Amino acid sequence: MKKVYIYKGFERFWHWTQAALIIFLALTGFEVHGSFSILGFEHAARYHRVASWMLIVLIIFAIFWHFVTGEWKQYIPTTKKLKEQILFYAFGMFKGQKHPTKKSGLTKLNPLQRLVYLGFKLFLVPVTVISGILYMVHKTVDKNDTVVISDIPLEGIAFWHTLGAFLLMVFLVVHVYMTTTGHTPTSNIQAMITGYEELEDDDEDTTSVTKTNKIDNNEKKG
Amino acid sequence: MFALVLTNLLQSEDYYNLKLEKLKQEHAIKPISSVDHSKFEILQQEFDTPQDVTEACISCHTERHREVMHSSHWNWERISYIEGRGIEASGKSNVINNFCIGAQSNEQACAKCHIGFGMSNNHFDFENARNVDCMVCHDNSEAYIKGAATAGYPDRSVNLSQVAQHVGQPTKHNCGSCHFNGGGGNNVKHGDLEQALLGCDRNVDVHMASNGMDMSCTACHTAENHQMLGKLYSVSSDNTHRATCEQCHTNTPHFDPIINRHNAKVSCQACHIPEYAKVNATKMAWYWSESGKLKDGEPYTVDDEMGNHIYTSIKGSFKWATNAKPDYMWFNGTANLYLLGDTIDEHPLILNNLHGSHDDGESKIIPVKIHVGDQIYDKVHNILIQPKLHGTQKGDSAFWIDFDWPKAAEAGMKQVGLPYSGEYGFVETVMYWPVNHMVAPKDQAVGCAECHTRNNDGRLAQLSGFYLPGRDYNKPLDFAGIFLFFASIGGVLIHAAIRILVSIKKKRYEMNVIDYENEQQI
Repeated sequence: MKKVYIYKGFERFWHWTQAALIIFLALTGFEVHGSFSILGFEHAARYHRVASWMLIVLIIFAIFWHFVTGEWKQYIPTTKKLKEQILFYAFGMFKGQKHPTKKSGLTKLNPLQRLVYLGFKLFLVPVTVISGILYMVHKTVDKNDTVVISDIPLEGIAFWHTLGAFLLMVFLVVHVYMTTTGHTPTSNIQAMITGYEELEDDDEDTTSVTKTNKIDNNEKKG
Repeated sequence: MFALVLTNLLQSEDYYNLKLEKLKQEHAIKPISSVDHSKFEILQQEFDTPQDVTEACISCHTERHREVMHSSHWNWERISYIEGRGIEASGKSNVINNFCIGAQSNEQACAKCHIGFGMSNNHFDFENARNVDCMVCHDNSEAYIKGAATAGYPDRSVNLSQVAQHVGQPTKHNCGSCHFNGGGGNNVKHGDLEQALLGCDRNVDVHMASNGMDMSCTACHTAENHQMLGKLYSVSSDNTHRATCEQCHTNTPHFDPIINRHNAKVSCQACHIPEYAKVNATKMAWYWSESGKLKDGEPYTVDDEMGNHIYTSIKGSFKWATNAKPDYMWFNGTANLYLLGDTIDEHPLILNNLHGSHDDGESKIIPVKIHVGDQIYDKVHNILIQPKLHGTQKGDSAFWIDFDWPKAAEAGMKQVGLPYSGEYGFVETVMYWPVNHMVAPKDQAVGCAECHTRNNDGRLAQLSGFYLPGRDYNKPLDFAGIFLFFASIGGVLIHAAIRILVSIKKKRYEMNVIDYENEQQI
């Protein structure tokens, strides 16, 4: 085993802030939706709006960070080993098999994660955020104090926003659970907190030697 | 970042709303009259008739009577465009309500609220300036009252000279002498206009409160050239010349832009008048069909514990309400009115159909008082009947004296020039009374969750045609979403359970293997 620095400072800050905001937005959002009552509609709506602006700012920074650091490449989808990865979660891990792919600072994401996170970034978040912004500005007062009403029916906007919210909740549940499938149940979460993860150091594992493993090996040798 | 946000969220410092403070300052300065009418020689005389007072007024205010004679207060009708009818004159002269039904054939009594002298049954000279009653609106001595059933003439007890010397801008007393008493008693018709407003606290009405701004009616209902701003949709039908909150408060009066945006579809009144009839009760229902019962040949009345009539032989039975929660409707400022002679084409018959819908850009949600009841109609011609109610002596055909519907119907319809078949019945009718007064202090305004709620008793539970967050949701989507959410929780739990089971088995197996090997070695 060796400790590898996988998650950079900003990445961890982004991840946890986004997590907190999404959970908070879910609580306030579903209260506005009428699913339950905790804070009271008025507070829920107000806090939801404040938190949504924070999330938007965070997302802008995150997009910037992804492009500047080139980290966006982590999400380039691949079908290579995708099937193996799915089979591993479905059956392999019960049989005590090893992860079919190796994790490193350069390939943090396995093929399944790449696909799911790309969907998260390109579909789930945009749908929710864009419908949320439309929701927010649905009726606006312009500079001349006259009210401009959007021609888009709120019903449709609310549909997409709610759909996004439900899917995000499903993502949250599965995502949190999947963090326990690392080397130890808490190793993934520890990595997202400290930035360092203990990765298996298995030169002899020939079945899963990938390009990155080679780099790892080289680094190790170096 | 979180600390920053929390500080922002949790801070509850109260800001002064400078817009509001400015308005308060403006209205705190009460106008002082620039003249003292008691010093005018022409008014220091004994007036024989009220018309002589009017002449004295006109001798200085030489053209004002022309303005008055162009007003709806004088003409009891306005020319307006009514959707589906075209341009029509409508007003008290040709509409019907479900309170005392209508003024026609009852002018002798109803003219108590006409700004003229001498309006007797079907006779009034609208061209005679001498008949303009200046005093009813401009008396500041609170001594002027019109007589009961005196065709609009003042009560005999009024000292005309005294009144004429104490005239000025109209006060709440002047407007209220008619507008508080519509329908035959205090607060009967409107529900939000009543005598309590003459001396109420801010909880009843922030604008007119004695301990508040103490504003007069004309502060909002300005009267440039005697044309009052504002109208009531039991007698009006077009979206012009209305008095609005926005005329002072602008349409962005709140700090919170989200609340300001509500103004696109929600009227100010909808949130700021949480209830009406806050002091005295208002009539909610009036059933004419039950009128005419006599005890020992005499008419009688029954009162409830609050002292409100719940039955009178002359009018029928009533329902009252205090602290009533308004109903809510879409309204774009136009209405269709039932005019005398119109066919009854719906049941219940809506006497003043307020137009509006969510998709109409002009429409907003307004609070209304809904007044229901039943009233007499002609079964053959299928039109509402204008009965003669008021009379002076037995045998006049007046229902209030003779209790004979056929005669009252015949006399009334004869006067309005409509046929009467001789067959009458009672038809259910509905009237909508927009609630615009009794604005509550801001901390009593309707809270968000009173509308944004799935509860069936939410204030807007009955309004349709739009998506209201918190009230509406897509049922299939919610079902699918909640199912997926719990299915995913179930899924990961099952997955976790299998992992735990497998790892327990594996441990046992490994231990077994080790034992087995040990055994082998031994």
